[in-house]
Amino acid sequence: MEMQFHIEGGDFSGAGTASSEVKKVLKQLNISPMIIRRIAVALYEAEVNVVAHAFSGEMTVNIESDKIQICIVDEGPGIEDIEQAMQEGFSTASDKVREMGFGAGMGLPNIKRNTDEMKLSSIPGKGTTIEIIVKF
Amino acid sequence: MVTVHQINRLVNGIILNGTAPDQDFSHAFASDLMSDVLTIDKEGMILLTGLSTLQTIRTAEMSNVYCVVVARGKRVTNEMLKLAKEHSIAVISCSSSMFAASGRLYENGIKPVY
Repeated sequence: MEMQFHIEGGDFSGAGTASSEVKKVLKQLNISPMIIRRIAVALYEAEVNVVAHAFSGEMTVNIESDKIQICIVDEGPGIEDIEQAMQEGFSTASDKVREMGFGAGMGLPNIKRNTDEMKLSSIPGKGTTIEIIVKF
Repeated sequence: MVTVHQINRLVNGIILNGTAPDQDFSHAFASDLMSDVLTIDKEGMILLTGLSTLQTIRTAEMSNVYCVVVARGKRVTNEMLKLAKEHSIAVISCSSSMFAASGRLYENGIKPVY
């Protein structure tokens, strides 16, 4: 099953709608609530990242019998130093993002913690791609 | 078993949405930092917060948190309540500070997550 979502940069009230849709579908598929929670949290963090940092993003979700594979490609400033971005506490978030309760430099490490595989690549000035896999 | 109504009585609040799954709300976590909330995996957890935004409810939804206590009487919008109802997340508003509300829950046996 494949699902696609458009994420608008800066749309703070809409942040989480795509993750919510995916969570709804996973519940219908009778996946364990613990696994669903991990996927929902990772997806939501990734979605918030696009809203917070990029101009726009496309999320592609592939649900197979034994795993879920998610790819989010955004157009935005990209990440200069991925290793630094992965460090807990490092953040370039704006005040607006912090007012939402995010931007503490915990998102990317939390995505890594909740997924079985995570690949992050970026071209500064163009955008960032994150691919994650969670096994059921 | 600790219910939403019991929590509401303890924090002397107002239940803005009372629909939540039948759960024992035995633990609580107090934070304005949603990133921190998203790192916790604990069933039956109450979230006490001073951050009253749509993302507070979204964070609860993603983390399977079914009871949110908004402290200091921060305004809870209709949009937040609509989302909370849709996902059966109880929302309690109380006028006391997060510190006072946490203290009331703690002295009545609600456990910390850490």
